[in-house]
Amino acid sequence: MKRQLTCIICPRGCALEATVQDGQVTVTGNACQRGAEYAVSECLHPVRTVTTIVKVANRENTMVSVKTETPVPKESMAEVVAALRKLSVAAPVAVGDVIAENVCGSRIVATKDIT
Amino acid sequence: MTNHDIVVVGGGPAGMAAAVAAYDAGCTDVVILEREPSIGGILMQCIHNGFGLHKLGQELTGPEYAAVYAKEVAKRGIKVYTETTVTKVTEEKEITAQNREGILKIKAKAVILAMGCRERSRGALNICGSRPAGVYSAGTAQKLVNCFGYQVGKKAVILGSGDIGLIMARRMSLEGAKVEAVCEVMPYSGGLTRNIVQCLEDFGIPLYLSTTVVRIHGEKRLEGVTIAQVDEKRQPVEGTQRYIPCDTLLLSVGLIPENELTRLAGIPIDPITNGAIVDENCQTAVPGIFACGNVLQVHDLVDYVSEEAERAGRAAACLTTDTQSIALETKAGYGVRYVIPQVIRSREAGAELFLRVTAPFGKVRFVVTDGEKVLHTAKRLKAAPGEMEKLTLKPEMLKAATGPITVSLEVMA
Repeated sequence: MKRQLTCIICPRGCALEATVQDGQVTVTGNACQRGAEYAVSECLHPVRTVTTIVKVANRENTMVSVKTETPVPKESMAEVVAALRKLSVAAPVAVGDVIAENVCGSRIVATKDIT
Repeated sequence: MTNHDIVVVGGGPAGMAAAVAAYDAGCTDVVILEREPSIGGILMQCIHNGFGLHKLGQELTGPEYAAVYAKEVAKRGIKVYTETTVTKVTEEKEITAQNREGILKIKAKAVILAMGCRERSRGALNICGSRPAGVYSAGTAQKLVNCFGYQVGKKAVILGSGDIGLIMARRMSLEGAKVEAVCEVMPYSGGLTRNIVQCLEDFGIPLYLSTTVVRIHGEKRLEGVTIAQVDEKRQPVEGTQRYIPCDTLLLSVGLIPENELTRLAGIPIDPITNGAIVDENCQTAVPGIFACGNVLQVHDLVDYVSEEAERAGRAAACLTTDTQSIALETKAGYGVRYVIPQVIRSREAGAELFLRVTAPFGKVRFVVTDGEKVLHTAKRLKAAPGEMEKLTLKPEMLKAATGPITVSLEVMA
């Protein structure tokens, strides 16, 4: 089976063609190795980095932005956001602080400093 | 009035990178004036990833990219005035700003304009209908959702397929809203292809090209919009109207560089970019005033904003630290009527000064000084107004000079 994909790894957005045969993926059109890896992952088990926010309990009207440290299965994106909506953290928070150990298979880390 | 070598207007990605680059190029007296409570600019609400691949070699979210530069600013001890709004910049590089403490007046040797953009609003589009709540510019909605945690709506239509519109389509979907459609008046999307894939296709959101919103419905809150296809002149095509019920309309219809201060300073603006006309170092037509980042031209990638700003920062630092580029004024001291040239710009070749004395003298000595420092002396057995004198200054005499260069006469016994 042939699939036409647009690489989402960088702004260049290479047009990729992936051929899937017996669980093996061959990729053309990629400008770099990461594009090939993206196409393989996209054909076999698509993943995405999810970015969202978590409430800061001790600061008025303040949210801290967070991300999944590693990409999670594409179908669990909404689940990640929903799970984190229930959470709150206490400031101070620094970029890189672990907010949750395991949500849909990834650690959740802060991406903003809240002093 | 306080004095600073370089004043940076705006502490977003351009302002931060310019300030850091200026500092690293040798100008340590740099200040940043920022209107928001913290530096970082628009990056602070762009919580999605995809920043920094080109410039920093890693994929970061907006706030992370901003934090990298904010840390560099702090490390250098660059003074940042937050919640400080600049109200005026003059051609003489005098800056007026306002904050809780009052009015701030700063005289700078160089000014770097890095005010960024604001969004085009509904008023610029002439959409018919009522004026209910629920119509937001995409960036405003982004700030409300990402910085304050509000849910702006449950059922949305987005007008404009630029990157901000696409990113907000995904963001609202993830927050549980249903995005009914993204409409784009042009026959092609204005956003990056990868954003169409990961923001629309991932969420099954339809993109309607050559389509616009022609009417807004609702009294207190938005109840729906009428969309229609447009022809090649971007005029709605009769019979293609379609009503979509929704409580939210996001407008992602273009960015306008915030050049009010630039215009106030009398700096010429390019009618196409809506940014200042600049040279290769981002210097505007007013010497010593630079412009960089989205206030100069709307960029796709913040990585290029940082690079452009660094160029401006380095060039501004050169103006303030490189004594070689400062023009030296010449002055006539005691017993000297005038000195030609009045200004020395290039120092590599040295300079020849021509002058006349004020009255007949006997044995004299000409003394050329740079401030307190004596650069050169020359004896004459006599001097008279009718005889032009010539003094030769060697390149090494001028090398470290800061001016003014004064020629005066001492009568010798």
